[in-house]
Amino acid sequence: MIQLDDVSYAYPDTDHFVLSHMNLSIPAGSVTGIVGASGAGKTTLAKILSGFIPHVDGGELSGTVVVDGVTIAEASLADAVSHVGLVIQSPFNQISGAKFTVREELAFGLENLGVPRDEMAVRVAEVADLLGITGLLDRSPYALSGGQQQLVAIASMIIMRTPVLVMDEPTSQLDPGGTRMVFDVMSSLRDSGITLVIFEHKLELLREHADVVHVLADHQLIAHGPSRAMLADPRMEEWGIGSTRFTAAASEARTKKLLPADVELPVSIEDAATVFASFASSKGA
Amino acid sequence: MDVSFSGVGYTYPSGVEAVKGITLDVPSGQRFAIVGQNGAGKTTLVRHLNGIFQPTVGTVHVGDWATTGHTIAELSARVGYVFQNPDEQLFARKVIDDVAFGPKNLGFDDERAAALVAAALEQTGLSAEAESHPHHLSLSERKRVALAAVLAMDTPVVVLDEPTTGQDEHGVRMIASIVASLQEQGRTVIAITHDMDFCAENFDRVVAMAHGEVLADGTPTEVFAKDDVLTEARVEAPQLARLADALHWDRRPLTVDAFVEQLPRSGA
Repeated sequence: MIQLDDVSYAYPDTDHFVLSHMNLSIPAGSVTGIVGASGAGKTTLAKILSGFIPHVDGGELSGTVVVDGVTIAEASLADAVSHVGLVIQSPFNQISGAKFTVREELAFGLENLGVPRDEMAVRVAEVADLLGITGLLDRSPYALSGGQQQLVAIASMIIMRTPVLVMDEPTSQLDPGGTRMVFDVMSSLRDSGITLVIFEHKLELLREHADVVHVLADHQLIAHGPSRAMLADPRMEEWGIGSTRFTAAASEARTKKLLPADVELPVSIEDAATVFASFASSKGA
Repeated sequence: MDVSFSGVGYTYPSGVEAVKGITLDVPSGQRFAIVGQNGAGKTTLVRHLNGIFQPTVGTVHVGDWATTGHTIAELSARVGYVFQNPDEQLFARKVIDDVAFGPKNLGFDDERAAALVAAALEQTGLSAEAESHPHHLSLSERKRVALAAVLAMDTPVVVLDEPTTGQDEHGVRMIASIVASLQEQGRTVIAITHDMDFCAENFDRVVAMAHGEVLADGTPTEVFAKDDVLTEARVEAPQLARLADALHWDRRPLTVDAFVEQLPRSGA
């Protein structure tokens, strides 16, 4: 579904390669998490996967990027965005600035595709319901809180029904309840056959929702694996990605010989409950 | 410097009542966190501290000043405000110019301003980026530039709106150490955050808000024990507190050390 072969990239007017000789293969209908320290190149990779590089940002892109059967460098931007949508990191910059209400904002992309008005209205109502923003439809996109703007930005991409969605820290502005809702929406999109690539620092949620996690460091994808094994990997600390408190607590308990030395470290609450319930019962229980 | 909200209400020109009758006293040197769902009124409330908003009803004091009697420029000498979106705050072509703007504008002499700027860049890990254009930096780096610009103003009150957003683990730890050092200097830190682990590990007091009102006010241990409040405020307890629930423990530890301490010594 997504295939990168020997991809390197430098931004315009620089000779510094942000990504270097990168290979990546993502199957259709999967949820893939990509983690990396700040400055590792996550946003650059998100833009490459969605055609913003090279079509908008320019720069020097080599290698081959194929998404949903389309070779991105050879396609037009208009063609690329019909296959893959990008939710950018800062919702403040995703809002078009051309529309006066959230309802119009959500319909903006469909308008450009010439979708009939009645179908547009149905799809706006559906996506607003999915993300719990029906009450905001008649508000100005600029009169919303940061978190509400982020939900509008996500909705404005989901409504396009592209086969691939790339999300760059999609829940950075959201409260914990909103964050869980968005991750649940992503899982339901995957169940309907959409391929998702999520760039995210929230490791607990990646463990719960991503099938595979890739690690970006030193301009390369340097490791990947099933989400639990990858996110509990001790090298996550040295890569600057860190770990959940579940991993940290189990690791500390293992060091203090309160858990067996060979215990598989947990990442999510479910993993951790299983680990601790089988080896320990609380003083306070 | 202490700050206080007395019966503060704020209604937007559109008629949305974002803050309703809030009374809070934050003593000098406290690390004070506000949590709650999006649209709860958190940002609206703290924007009263630097005079961006004036209360529709009630009064806001920063030290001995009522905010209504002072301009935003005057209040900026007492309250440093780091915006949620750094792009609302940054305007210069070089990081160092953005960071130096505040202290220069406050009339600090060159020597003091230079020392504050250097210290702020160092604390935020940006010394090597001093000559960079802010818009060539990543969002997480721009957020740290916005933080450095406020630290350099050396204000007795510092307001942080979602400081850990988009930060990797290293960045979160850096911000935690900045919060600790501000407290050591006796400065008051008021932070809005959706990161409950960051909140539980680094703040003395937590207020949970929903629908423009305060639902709970206490230590992290007290507030994160109130399930009904957490549900209504759409926040969740820190990770290890939730794990303690899943293990049917009576007490909710908030940190790794507290959790491991609560584990049985002879179980494994």
